Amino acid sequence: MRKNNLFHWTPDRSAFPTIGPDGKPDIDLDSHKLVKIWHGPNHPGVTGNMSLELTISGDEVVESKTHVGYLHRGFEKLYERRTWIQCFPTVVRMCVPESDSNEYNLSAGIEELAGIEIPEMATWIRTLVLEMSRLQALLRIVPAQAGTLGLGLGVQWGVYLRDLILDRFEELTGGRIYHMYMIPGGVRGLLPDGFKDRLEENLKLVDEFALNLKRLMLDNAVFKKRTIGTAYIPPEWVDKYGIVGFVSRAAGVMKDVRKDYPYLAYDQLDFEPAMSTDSDIYARTWIRWQDMISSVDLLRQIMAKMPTKGEFKAPTPNVLHWEVPKGEVYVRSESTRGEYGFYIVSDGTKYPRRINLRGPSYTHAVSLLEKMLVNANISDIAAIMVSLQTCPPEIER
Amino acid sequence: MAEEKNYKIIQPENTEENKFLKPENYKREVTAPDGETFVVDPINDYFCDAKPQPHAPNSIKIVEKFLNWARSESIWVLGYGTGCGSIEIYPLMTPRFDAYRFGVQQRPTPRQSNLLIISGYLSVKTLKRAIRSYEQMPSPKFVMGLGSCTINGGMYWDSYNTINRLDHYMPVDVYIAGCMPRPEALLAGFMELKKRIKDGKGEGANKYAENFDWYKANQKKVIKDWNMPDYNW
Amino acid sequence: MKDIIENIQIKFKISEVTKQRDNQYFITVEKKDAIQVVTYLKDMEKFSNFILLTAVDWIEKGQFQLTYLLSDPILKYDIGVRTYIERENSMMDSAHHLWEHVATFQRELKEMYGIDFPRSPRVDEPFLLEGWDEIPPMRRDFDTKKYSEETYFPRPGRSTNDPAEHMKKKLYPNEKK
Repeated sequence: MRKNNLFHWTPDRSAFPTIGPDGKPDIDLDSHKLVKIWHGPNHPGVTGNMSLELTISGDEVVESKTHVGYLHRGFEKLYERRTWIQCFPTVVRMCVPESDSNEYNLSAGIEELAGIEIPEMATWIRTLVLEMSRLQALLRIVPAQAGTLGLGLGVQWGVYLRDLILDRFEELTGGRIYHMYMIPGGVRGLLPDGFKDRLEENLKLVDEFALNLKRLMLDNAVFKKRTIGTAYIPPEWVDKYGIVGFVSRAAGVMKDVRKDYPYLAYDQLDFEPAMSTDSDIYARTWIRWQDMISSVDLLRQIMAKMPTKGEFKAPTPNVLHWEVPKGEVYVRSESTRGEYGFYIVSDGTKYPRRINLRGPSYTHAVSLLEKMLVNANISDIAAIMVSLQTCPPEIER
Repeated sequence: MAEEKNYKIIQPENTEENKFLKPENYKREVTAPDGETFVVDPINDYFCDAKPQPHAPNSIKIVEKFLNWARSESIWVLGYGTGCGSIEIYPLMTPRFDAYRFGVQQRPTPRQSNLLIISGYLSVKTLKRAIRSYEQMPSPKFVMGLGSCTINGGMYWDSYNTINRLDHYMPVDVYIAGCMPRPEALLAGFMELKKRIKDGKGEGANKYAENFDWYKANQKKVIKDWNMPDYNW
Repeated sequence: MKDIIENIQIKFKISEVTKQRDNQYFITVEKKDAIQVVTYLKDMEKFSNFILLTAVDWIEKGQFQLTYLLSDPILKYDIGVRTYIERENSMMDSAHHLWEHVATFQRELKEMYGIDFPRSPRVDEPFLLEGWDEIPPMRRDFDTKKYSEETYFPRPGRSTNDPAEHMKKKLYPNEKK
């Protein structure tokens, strides 16, 4: 909370609304003081297709509930009718903006249950593809933080650069958004000729864009005035609410799957995730901006250290009749939002028994958001949602 | 401190069609200040219950051609991302595949828009909101189906929560195949839609008004908690 | 991590231990001990991070398997606590007083499988489905293809291209099945 002085003055709202005997605010909808509105699914201020049911008094929120289920496709029921290799086209579409983490997790889980080791070239190519996917997701969402407050110029630059990286994906895998490139055993093919030079040209443009974005957004007086001190998360909530990813790094608790449980080629690379202690919207934006710069640096390191020749796929049994051995496993990887995990149960037949996804938005958007929106202004709701980076398709699969 | 309430809620009977009725839609008995009591039914009494009417085209042919040209050159899209496909709509509004030069922009409210893009699959919950938005748009209005999930269900054809054919619930003008279609394919779809409107074939709203009962029966078969009037003006 | 499991075995009865990796173990306990084991792991052994709570349907044995996954952020260990409950009128004690986000998992399990968690906050409100009056959909005796063909109008003319059938016809055209 800011202190009141001559230049900053916030009215004292600590006495209102009145708190009832069970610790929750006293809401009486017949008293003509409170209004119930829907910050609904058809709204430019929500990140995707979900809705919030708000009870407001004036322009301040008293209580909020999250409603999801608009994108529910019943994935986990569909997997009972698909064989192991037929699951891949559907599992990619579970989290739409960043689709490579899904296929990496499912491939790694099947490889661990069946005991297959992937060759070294495939490890490096998988790391390259995962870092490119993080970069293209960050290029869309970091300028969008200013877009929620009214500054749309950064989004136009960022989405154009993201299109250039999607061109590289199309050259490598055949599709812009959904790749289906990582399969159990390795990857589907090697890098084409001249790929590394074209990627290096795109990375030079991203470097310039990062400096311009700092001048546009992070040094902007209006942006600073609206975001410093808003939506504070104390560090005690990290364990209580199950917070992961950059949100917990902004509160001072270090959580990064690439450092804690190293996978693929990350233990041979040299990087430090950014941390901060004042966990407001400005700190979370600054950390994601640093993540973008560190992704570019990691891509250059990977391209320098990658071997030039090698096998790209280990031999697997005939995938049409593959019966994965019995067992259960939990695999995790790092997406831009946090720790992304798959829990896979196999019973030894051609069809999987249970594949469950646990995404970071399951806690960020349902229980944490309902707590953070109390006593917030209506015009800050969109900024808070983008600063937690909630993504509805992975909540309701 | 709550004031004295001047209404009393009547509990509904436990029939098949009242199973999913929400508490704010129950009938209530209101006492007016001069002592009279009357019964208010929120769904039927607060909304207009007229059916939509088809509109004939203008009788002077050259005026109709001019109006069709004007409608086709300024198509405003409702900015509602209903599914997967909404991630290929953002690159359309940025300088690389510029759609603004064709007169296409995004509007946040259905009262100011012309075209509803259904981008991908539709779950039952979203179908109810999409129908409500479609009925609130002013005539003449068009619908575009993006992706193969609107054509025959796509890869979620055996799911219990997604619909299989979009044209049984809404009149569709143009389909764009693919999963996901490229932004250039979307621009080609816009060109095709403009050609149809200029030829005078953009008659989706009239088709909806003529076959209103058939569309409504299909929608009510799938959406079990209706909780809204039959036509949302 | 074996010493942690031995500490648990002193107080509670464990019927099965599976080692998946050096830092990931799965143990099976009885239904009445499950919440106490989770509380013990949280308070005494410093497993302060709750990852997920799911259910697996073993219809052949007539049981549901519930899995609670916990992790220790300092020593980097994972542990999964499994219990088996019955399929008819299934009920389980609620753990919402330990962490705040367990209530969301329990809401989803009540709607998808029909497992009741009494006294959990907002557990009767529908979470993902709207207007659903059939059996809970994730149970294995619910046929999703039949439901979809009856309710949503499928477009005729769909043919299947199963590669196994295609190869069998090509290589063994005279075999009868």
